[in-house]
Amino acid sequence: MHDKLWLIPFFPLVGSIINGLFGKRFIRNEAVIGAIGTGAVFLSFLVTCMHFFQLGGETERIQQVVASWMTVGNLQVDWGFLFDPLSALMLMVICGVGSLIHLYSIGYMHGEEGFYRFFSYLNLFVFSMIMLVLGNNALVMFVGWEGVGLCSYLLIGYYFEKQSAGDAAKKAFVMNRVGDFGFLLGLFTIFWTLGSKHGVWTINFVEISEQAHLLSGDMMFGVGVTTVATLCFFLGATGKSAQIPLFTWLPDAMEGPTPVSALIHAATMVTAGVYMIGRMNVLFAMSPTTMAVVALVGACTAIFAASIGFAQNDIKRVLAYSTVSQLGFMFMAMGVGAFTAGIFHLMTHAFFKACLFLGSGSVIHAMHHALHHAHVDDDPQDMRNMGGLRKFMPITHATFGLSCLAIAGIPFFSGFFSKDEILWWTFASTRGSLLVWGIGAVAATMTAFYMFRCLYMTFYGEQRTHKKAKDHVHESPWVITLPLVVLAALATVGGLVGIPHAIDILHVGNKLEHFLAPVFEHSQKLHAIEAHGSAATEISLMVFSVVVAAIGISCATLFYLKKTDLPGKFTSTFPNLHRWVFNKWYIDELYDALFVNPTKRLGTFCWKGFDVQVVDGIVNGTGKLVNVFSTALRYTQSGLFQNYALTMVLGMVVMVAIFILQ
Amino acid sequence: MSNLLSLMTFFPLVGMVVLLFLPRESDRLLKTVTLVITLITFLISLPLAFDDAFRTSAEMRYVEFAQWINIGEYFRMNYYVGIDGISLWLVLLTTFIMPISVLSTWHAVEKNTKGFMALLLLLETGMLGAFIALDVFLFYIFWELMLIPMYFLIGIWGGKNRIYAAIKFFIFTAVGSLLMLVAIIYVYYYAVKAGLPFQSGFSIAHFYQLNLPAHLQTWLFLAFAFSFAIKVPMFPVHTWLPDAHTEAPTAGSVILAAIMLKMGTYGYVRFAIPLFPEATLQFTPLFATLAVIGIIYGALVAMMQDDVKKLVAYSSVSHLGFVMLGIFAMNLQGLAGGMLQMINHGISTGALFLIVGFIYERRHTRLIAEFGGISKTMPVFATIFMIITFSSIGLPGTNGFVGEFLILVGAFESGLRWYAVLATTGVILAAVYMLWMFQRVMMGKITNPKNEKLEDLSAREVAVMLPLLLFVFWIGFYPNTFLDKMNPSLENLIQQVKGKQQVAMLVEAPTPSVAKITVNE
Repeated sequence: MHDKLWLIPFFPLVGSIINGLFGKRFIRNEAVIGAIGTGAVFLSFLVTCMHFFQLGGETERIQQVVASWMTVGNLQVDWGFLFDPLSALMLMVICGVGSLIHLYSIGYMHGEEGFYRFFSYLNLFVFSMIMLVLGNNALVMFVGWEGVGLCSYLLIGYYFEKQSAGDAAKKAFVMNRVGDFGFLLGLFTIFWTLGSKHGVWTINFVEISEQAHLLSGDMMFGVGVTTVATLCFFLGATGKSAQIPLFTWLPDAMEGPTPVSALIHAATMVTAGVYMIGRMNVLFAMSPTTMAVVALVGACTAIFAASIGFAQNDIKRVLAYSTVSQLGFMFMAMGVGAFTAGIFHLMTHAFFKACLFLGSGSVIHAMHHALHHAHVDDDPQDMRNMGGLRKFMPITHATFGLSCLAIAGIPFFSGFFSKDEILWWTFASTRGSLLVWGIGAVAATMTAFYMFRCLYMTFYGEQRTHKKAKDHVHESPWVITLPLVVLAALATVGGLVGIPHAIDILHVGNKLEHFLAPVFEHSQKLHAIEAHGSAATEISLMVFSVVVAAIGISCATLFYLKKTDLPGKFTSTFPNLHRWVFNKWYIDELYDALFVNPTKRLGTFCWKGFDVQVVDGIVNGTGKLVNVFSTALRYTQSGLFQNYALTMVLGMVVMVAIFILQ
Repeated sequence: MSNLLSLMTFFPLVGMVVLLFLPRESDRLLKTVTLVITLITFLISLPLAFDDAFRTSAEMRYVEFAQWINIGEYFRMNYYVGIDGISLWLVLLTTFIMPISVLSTWHAVEKNTKGFMALLLLLETGMLGAFIALDVFLFYIFWELMLIPMYFLIGIWGGKNRIYAAIKFFIFTAVGSLLMLVAIIYVYYYAVKAGLPFQSGFSIAHFYQLNLPAHLQTWLFLAFAFSFAIKVPMFPVHTWLPDAHTEAPTAGSVILAAIMLKMGTYGYVRFAIPLFPEATLQFTPLFATLAVIGIIYGALVAMMQDDVKKLVAYSSVSHLGFVMLGIFAMNLQGLAGGMLQMINHGISTGALFLIVGFIYERRHTRLIAEFGGISKTMPVFATIFMIITFSSIGLPGTNGFVGEFLILVGAFESGLRWYAVLATTGVILAAVYMLWMFQRVMMGKITNPKNEKLEDLSAREVAVMLPLLLFVFWIGFYPNTFLDKMNPSLENLIQQVKGKQQVAMLVEAPTPSVAKITVNE
């Protein structure tokens, strides 16, 4: 069985190729295309499960090398795979949630002209994501890393006729590339230092982890090599996982079809940065500086994005900022050494956020059809056109509501366990700090507020839909609601795999911690990273965060359910604050002024200023100079015999004169 | 077969003679015959690709030697050819690209087909000869031989400003080659005086053994390097390239980008660096700086272009900057990356020029603003264009990534770490200019009514692109096919250059001559 790992990426790749090449001309049937796409991912899920049961006991990890990729001197790169608890968990999430979203897409994308193209891209995405997670060395990971960026580009730009979609796609890819720049530099630094100073030429994760201790004394620019390298890697993570400063592409990425937002821009791709830190936890643990930066950036992103979520009216944008904010929580966890908690939140977030996005998709789908039917030109994504939808869409409403409870951190829903563990670690970890914990707690309150704002504006209150379209809103078909139900179930109970010890009355144990221990325990022990504190403290913190979540929800209830005139009053009282928040703190405009426009100006200057004026100026100038000289010299060649004779005589006179004077 | 290289090199020339006897009006016949000739040339060269001896041997193989020109007992020039792992893939790239570029002329060249085809074949002989020459003077002859057909291809079959572009191309290149000629002759006389047997002529293997004094190396290196820098082209002597590319017919642009530019980079690897290792060491910072400027500068200027072809031309400046950085890293990863990137650039940029040709034939314009939304009307074209775009950007899984990655690793490992960091920003800029262009040409709504009824690619056009696409992925996923066979020769080269550099550093005083024979002026 050990040599069957390659099957996991194989199925989606084949699915992508079949649908991409033959979907349009030969298959044509939506059901078949959808079945191929969904089936491929589901097969990968099955293979993952088969391998999953082999882990544990003696087998800590399974490695398989399929072929050599490039061999140049001391650089040896293989197409190799690594299956350990971390990648196993990630793969289950990717393929599991992935197949549900594929299934959902069959219903959601029904009737689209590019149906085959969509499934081809989606399969290609799953393939890339599997490569990212399963690669046993940094370069195979990088294949997936850039591959998911490519698929994200293709899928955001799926409606390529829309200018905004094209812009968003390009922005996403370029911002990701900025991050990739960091990833590459980090990789070079590690490869070069380990190799040239310690003779270990490798980019294999297992070997790097085993040999990382050699780097402990090495310095670069006055700081540790590990700090330099991990900061570079972290830059890569901020690009992929939409953290400050490279987060602005993610909200724009909502231009893609909603299943894409659910799969790529919520559940899987954007968590790649978190996964990468988990994969390299040995290196990150060696640098407290980087860890602190990671935690702080995560915390700032969490609160910053949450603040923008307050004032958005587009349902998908609210969810997008919520994703950025939740990713911030994951980075907080990684930064304080709570690797398990970070991955735990990654998993629960995949459940509830995928459910939320798909739920919003279901709403948009229904709204779109209703508005279309009634020939009304309103925006189907604007929550101001919704309200009271729970009557028409009971399943969507129920699943959306459960996920809101999960993300807000209501006890015994999945998000409660994972978020609480993160907050506990920020408070009690040897790498934690009160500052990070404080920001985290505030961000958690804000999360509860804006998520319930979203819930109320969409499903509660009076219906604000155009009166012509009002009665045409219907619940979506089963291919759409089934994934919602499954995901909502997972969002509800998924947290039970990680029950904290403090409230583990039934002694089931923290299954997840135990499962991931082979990956994280080593570095945590080595660098004395642990959360210490009494069970009483832990429980009181827990109560505290439940209270703040309740406050958030109550405020939202007050503002958006009970006294719906309050938000308007608030806005008119603080118009400037609202404008800044509504316009996302003008970060896009800032980046344009700081980076985009100066680069364009520099490009124009290089071209029109230097190339045309200076270089060609010199070249053409030389040409002109020659022209001038030859024009002058032409007068000497007059063709008149007398002139030539005169010249000859003059020449002779000069020569004789020189001869005599010498 | 011992005469394989000669057969391959002169077969196009023979074909050219055959072509001259064909009727001038039979356009299709002339093109078909030329295609067949280039295909046969490719088949002749194909056994080289399957020769496994390159995996283990750094030696010159398929060597042919014949006395050629004798002037008394003093001047000797030999017909001396052979290939090793360094020239192997460049030779194959040449024979591979030629049929493709002939196919690209099918509807593009209507005026005086006979002349065009004859010049293409002459050009092929020139390029192949330059890659296989082991006698420096022979190399020079082939080098100049390439120049003439290209001059006419641009000057006769080019666009509106073809005369300006052709003359600019000619003067830039000619100025460089004259300097090189002087340097070649100087090295020869030095060699003869140093006691090398004159019968060996301008043999590069013999020249390698010379211990030229440092001050001479400086000047000779500069003469060679300047000539090659123009050809590459390196910043700041690159301005002939955008003009030449924009004006040249598609086939000319493809050959110019895919093969002729490689002559410059190849020149460094084969001549300028191993002949003058100490000067190389001295000038590495300068050339690495120019390479990095080229990478960033080329990308910045490419970004602002409004003409697709000019954009691709400037992107070449950027890509070739990567190649130069890899070469001057002077370690295995850097050099292998540089060599591989030469092939990659040949494939990707060649393909890009073909793509520009496709839309030019349909719309007779290359201005980006004239297009938009073409994905809708030309889906097959859009897919191929997309793949090539990402290959040019260097996405992992395509050829571009492997080359760039090796170059950057190599530069990072050598003393050029900061250069590598700066060069890596070029990776970001590449995404910017390529994707921006792609968006403006292919995405969005069709605003120009002329774009509404464009025909998608024909079977012939797809056939032209397919082989290129194959190599995009082949090199992307399994570059070892190519790397394995160049590694021994590159290792050998590095040893030779590094060895001499170390000796020079140990012995401070200049030690001229081979066998301790000093030169008396």
